[in-house]
Amino acid sequence: MVHWSVTRIVALVVTCVGILGGATALASAAHAAEDQPAGLVQGFLRDLAGNPVPGVDVTATDTAGFSGIGTSDEAGRWEVKVPGAGTYTVELDEETLPDGVAAPTKNPIDNVVVTGSTRTVLFTLGERERTLTSKWDQAAQLSVEGLRFGLIIALAAVGLSLIYGTTGLTNFAHGEIITFGAVITWWLNVTLGIPFILAAILGVVLSGAFGFVNDQALWKPLRKRQTGLIAMMIVSIGLALALQNIFLIFFGGASRPFGAFETQAGIEMGPVSLTPKDMAAMTIAAIVLTLAGLALLKTRFGKATRAVSDNPALAASSGIDVERVILVVWVVGAALAGLGGILQGLTQQVFPLLGAQSLLLIFAAVTLGGLGTAFGALVGSILVGLFINLSTLIPGMTPELKNVGALLLLIVVLMVRPQGILGRRSRVG
Amino acid sequence: MDWGFIFTASVSYALGALTVAYCLAAIGLNLQFGYTGLLNFGQAAFLASAGYGMAVMVTTFELSFWVGITVGLLATLALALLLGLPTLRLRADYLAIVTIAAAEVVRLVVRSVKFKETLGGSDGLQQFANRFYELSPLSDGFGINFGPFLFSNQELWVMIVGWSLVALFSLITFLLARSPWGRILKGIREDEDAVRSLGKNVYWYKMQALMLGAMMAGFGGFIIGIFFNAVSPDIYATALTFAIYTILILGGAARVAGPILGAILFGFLFQFVNVTLSEAVNADYITFLDSSQTAQIRLVLVGAGLMLLMIYRPQGILGDRREIALDAR
Repeated sequence: MVHWSVTRIVALVVTCVGILGGATALASAAHAAEDQPAGLVQGFLRDLAGNPVPGVDVTATDTAGFSGIGTSDEAGRWEVKVPGAGTYTVELDEETLPDGVAAPTKNPIDNVVVTGSTRTVLFTLGERERTLTSKWDQAAQLSVEGLRFGLIIALAAVGLSLIYGTTGLTNFAHGEIITFGAVITWWLNVTLGIPFILAAILGVVLSGAFGFVNDQALWKPLRKRQTGLIAMMIVSIGLALALQNIFLIFFGGASRPFGAFETQAGIEMGPVSLTPKDMAAMTIAAIVLTLAGLALLKTRFGKATRAVSDNPALAASSGIDVERVILVVWVVGAALAGLGGILQGLTQQVFPLLGAQSLLLIFAAVTLGGLGTAFGALVGSILVGLFINLSTLIPGMTPELKNVGALLLLIVVLMVRPQGILGRRSRVG
Repeated sequence: MDWGFIFTASVSYALGALTVAYCLAAIGLNLQFGYTGLLNFGQAAFLASAGYGMAVMVTTFELSFWVGITVGLLATLALALLLGLPTLRLRADYLAIVTIAAAEVVRLVVRSVKFKETLGGSDGLQQFANRFYELSPLSDGFGINFGPFLFSNQELWVMIVGWSLVALFSLITFLLARSPWGRILKGIREDEDAVRSLGKNVYWYKMQALMLGAMMAGFGGFIIGIFFNAVSPDIYATALTFAIYTILILGGAARVAGPILGAILFGFLFQFVNVTLSEAVNADYITFLDSSQTAQIRLVLVGAGLMLLMIYRPQGILGDRREIALDAR
C-alpha cells in the first residue's frame, strides 16, 4: 500500500517535470487575459446621515491600461467590471457628487487587490463628527446594546446547545438557519409585499420547517448510518458553505432593510437611547426565551428533552421516544434561530452572511455557558453580548476588534473551565 | 462554447501556482488530521501568518526577502504553539471551535484599520516577492507554451519551486509515517489513552504534529503571497480551510499521495466549473446568472462535494476506510 503511494508521487512528479521541462512550444494558446473570467470591484456610497448617494461615477484603472467606470444606483451601490485578478486604483469623480455631500477622505484609493471575484471598496464621505460623552454614559448605552445583542443571539444559542445536548452534533450550519429566517422574511415582506409582522410570523414558521427538513432529510439518516460525530461536524461545515453561497446567489451581497421600521428615531432614557424597534426586539426575545425556559422546566416534554440531553440510552430505555424529542428540538431550535435572524435583521439589516458572522460568537456563548445546557447558553449569550460591547471602552480597543475580544475570551474559558459556567464537570480533555 | 479552451484553462489551473499552494496546505493538514486525528479548522491562519510574516518584513520594514521567509516561518510556528498549548488537551469538537475562532481572530486583526500601518488593513500588502522572481533562471519573456498550455515565466518559476516543495514534503511525510514517531501519531488517532498508557507524552506528540503541519501549510502561504505578489486578508477566510479539507478528503486522508491527487483533481474541477459557467453566461446559454454569481456556484459545489464525500466516501479516492478517525472521543 505504502509503496504504491510512493510510485504515484514519483509518477506525478515525473509527469509534472515532463510537462514543465520537456514539451516544445507550440504557439497556440490563443486565449489571453481578456478571456479570463471577470472580477468585480464594488462599493456603497452613503453620506454622513447614512443615506445612499446615487449618480456618482467611480473609475477603476490598472497599470496595464485597463480603465472601467461605474455609476452608483438608487441604493448608492456601484460596480466596475475588471478583467480579473490584479491591482487596481479606484477613483471617485468628485465632480459628480451631489451638492452638500462632502468629498471622500481618501481619493483615489490605490493598491486595490482583486484576487477572487468581488472586491468591495468603501469611500468615507466626509469626516464623522465625534460626540463626546462621559465614560459612564457610554458604558450604560453599550450595556443596553450588549444586552440586546446577547438576547438576540441567545435565541440561536439555545437551539444550538440543545441540538448538541440531544444528538452530540456540533452544528456549524446553525448560522445559516439564522440567515434563512432573515432572508425568507425579507423575501415575503419586500418581494411579495406581505406586511412585516405577518411575514415575520411566517418566517419563524418556515424556519421551523427548515429545521424539520434539516433533521429528517440529512441528520436522521446520518444518525441511522451511525456516522461518527466528527464526520457529521464536517458535513455541517459543507452544508454551511453551500447554503451561504446559495443565499448569496439569490439575495446578492448587499445589506438590505425590511420594508417596515427601517429608520426610527431613538428614544432617550437618561443616558441611554434606544429605538422602539430595538425595545420591541429585546422584549420579544426575552419573552420567547422565558417561555422556552419554562417549557423545558415545567412540561413533560421539556423533562423528556432534558433526559435525552443527559443520557439518550437511559432516556430511551425509560420509554422516551428519543427520535421524536430530537425532531422537536430541531424544529423549535430552528424556529428560535430564525426569529433571532429576523430580530437581528430588524436592528441591523439583512445580508447573506448575517448568521455566519454571529456563529462564532454563538459558539463562544454556548461554550462559556456550558455546551449542551439551555440555560448556560442563555447566560453565556448575555455575557458575550455585554463583553463585546463594553470591551470597546478599553483604551486602544476599536469596535472592529470587539469580536476578537470575545473569541479570545472563548479560548481563555476553555483553558480555565472547559465545561463552562453551568456545565457539568466531565472529561473534555 | 470553446471546449478546448475550457479544458486547457482547467488543466493549467490544476497544475498552476494556486493548486501548489493548496496542495502544500493539504499536506500539512494530512499530518495533523489524517495521521494524528487533530481536527484543525484553522489552517487558513497558518497560511496567513506565513504570508503576512513575509510581507510585513519586506514591505513594511524593508528588510530582505530571506528575513521575510524566516520571520514568516517563525510566526507560523509561534501561532501553532500558541494555539496548541491551551487546546490540544481538549476534546476534538472543542479543538475545532477554538481553531476556527483563532483563524477568524487572525483575519480580523490583519484586516483591521488599527494595524493598517503595519499590516495594510483590508488592502493588504504588495510588492514583496520581487527578489524571488529575480532568482528565476528562466529568461525574461512573455511566457512559455507547452502544447496548448501557456504559463507566464513568473508562474512557471513559482510552480517549479512549489512542486519541488510538494515532492520534498511528501517524501518527509512518507518517511515520518513509517518511523516510530509516525506510528505513535497514528496510535494517538486510533486510541489516545492506549498510547498514554504506554508512557508516551501524547500532548507533546500532538504539538509536534500541529507545528510541523503548520510549517508545511506556511509554505503554501508563501506560494500564494509570492504568486500574487500581494497578501490580502480575505483570501484567508474560513472557506480556504474547508477547501483544503475537501482536497484532503477527496484525495484520501492518511495517504502520502492523497493531498497531491486531491489538489490536482480539485483544481481541475474548480476551474472547469468556473470557466464553463462563465463561458455559458457569456454565450447567453445561461441567462439567469451573471458572471459574478458563477464564483458562488463553485463554492456551493465545494460545500455539497464536501458533504457528499464525507457521507458516502470519507476515505476519498486513495484512503482506507478503517484508517480514518472520525469519532469524537
